[in-house]
Amino acid sequence: MKKYLPKETAFYNIHKKRNAKIVSFAGYEMPVQYENGIVSEHKKVRKSVGMFDLSHMGEFIVKGEKRLDFIQKMTTNDASKLEIGQIQYTNMCYPNGGIVDDLLVYREKDIFYLVANASNIDKDFEWLKTNLIEGVKLQNVSDKTALIAVQGPYSEKVMQKLVNENLVNLRYYYFIRTKIADVPVILSRTGYTGEDGFEIYFTQLDKAENLWNKIEKAGEEFEIEPIGLGARDTLRLEMKYPLYGNDIDENTNPLEAGLKWIVKFKKNDFIGKETLLKIREEKIQKKLVAFKMSEKGIPRPHYEIFKNGQQIGEVRSGTISPSLNIGIGTGYVKRDFMKIGTEIEIKIREKYLKAEIVNPPFYKNGTLKM
Amino acid sequence: MVKDELKYTETHEWLKIHNSEATIGLTDYAQKELGDIVFIELPEIGAELAAAEVLATVEAVKAVEEICIPISAKIIDVNTNLADSPELINSSPYKNGWIAKLEIINMDEIENLLSADKYKQLIGE
Repeated sequence: MKKYLPKETAFYNIHKKRNAKIVSFAGYEMPVQYENGIVSEHKKVRKSVGMFDLSHMGEFIVKGEKRLDFIQKMTTNDASKLEIGQIQYTNMCYPNGGIVDDLLVYREKDIFYLVANASNIDKDFEWLKTNLIEGVKLQNVSDKTALIAVQGPYSEKVMQKLVNENLVNLRYYYFIRTKIADVPVILSRTGYTGEDGFEIYFTQLDKAENLWNKIEKAGEEFEIEPIGLGARDTLRLEMKYPLYGNDIDENTNPLEAGLKWIVKFKKNDFIGKETLLKIREEKIQKKLVAFKMSEKGIPRPHYEIFKNGQQIGEVRSGTISPSLNIGIGTGYVKRDFMKIGTEIEIKIREKYLKAEIVNPPFYKNGTLKM
Repeated sequence: MVKDELKYTETHEWLKIHNSEATIGLTDYAQKELGDIVFIELPEIGAELAAAEVLATVEAVKAVEEICIPISAKIIDVNTNLADSPELINSSPYKNGWIAKLEIINMDEIENLLSADKYKQLIGE
């Protein structure tokens, strides 16, 4: 067994200076919150703008003449539909349909750039290597890559100060290569918060602090603040964006997870296609639903979901919603109970508290421009 | 912040003892560790609890913590303001954020509580 020492991102000293609460996450020392706390950070992103260190995320480069064939084989979405400069959300599955990871695929002229979950970097890279085809080269650049996300209604105003390109023209799920403070970056209009926002990837790690400070300076007039992983989780859950390890994992498949929209059966074979086709024909047995508490209480992962005294499922993600101030969550329930409006009960400390299955997202006023 | 006139527990509760009654709450150190407190489940008035039983459950955005009672006691009052404003524990842990008032059943158990000095040592203040 290899032993892994916790890694520090290029922004670690900045987090320390800001008195962030640091936790080990996926092998990285990451800020879970700063001094103002999760609720305040969450609201900052909803109302104004915040910046996140997401350097723990994984990045892979796929090169070679057969790179599109390889991406098509490995992922469920149809990467042939991508324009150069466009990004796609996708899943990578095992032959049994279980989810290896959820990924972003960036298409450039000569490469595909994949963004993976921090906790899955090694597993994903091994899986890609195992299934490699001739004419494709793979590179794991995760350790060399820093990632800052700028999210919130004012994020465009902040970023526009730093680049020459007109960001009005950079649409949701598109990216450009540009320079910020003389550092070459990939700048994409993506995020995990439901707000308008950008993600900035770069490899000149010695310039990382400078870049962070430049963004912070540009955001000063909007009182930009650093945001920790705690608020990142509450922001994504208010949108019902899935989190690998909670909402999706090796034992769930994209159809049950409500990700049918990224499974393209019409394209050529991809790993997991046969099983997923069969699952679709036989109809799914359980589904990931969104529910909100009708009574006061906060659902948490692994709490049991009941209907008429019978357990029908399990909570996967749960929190208080800082925007709505009610308990919200996701969970897999048996197919008979997955309809919107179904009243269910969440077992919280021996009490059965009422909840209702609702149409996501929980937070409907996000500023992201589709 | 640790208040000299209070007694403390190793699990970060404070007690203000007056004759055979006491007020109990969470320390400033505990509220900082927990972060934003967003929910509390309070005990019922009249309930009798033995030492170490669960008095209340507080929830932060990312954590669920049980508050255990350090001494055997009867609950004579609870801070109902916390039901709508659990954040009072963050903003005023020693005053407006008090959790319950107790009638102490066995005065001998007070001996087990920590002095302010001992508690300061415990949290490294």
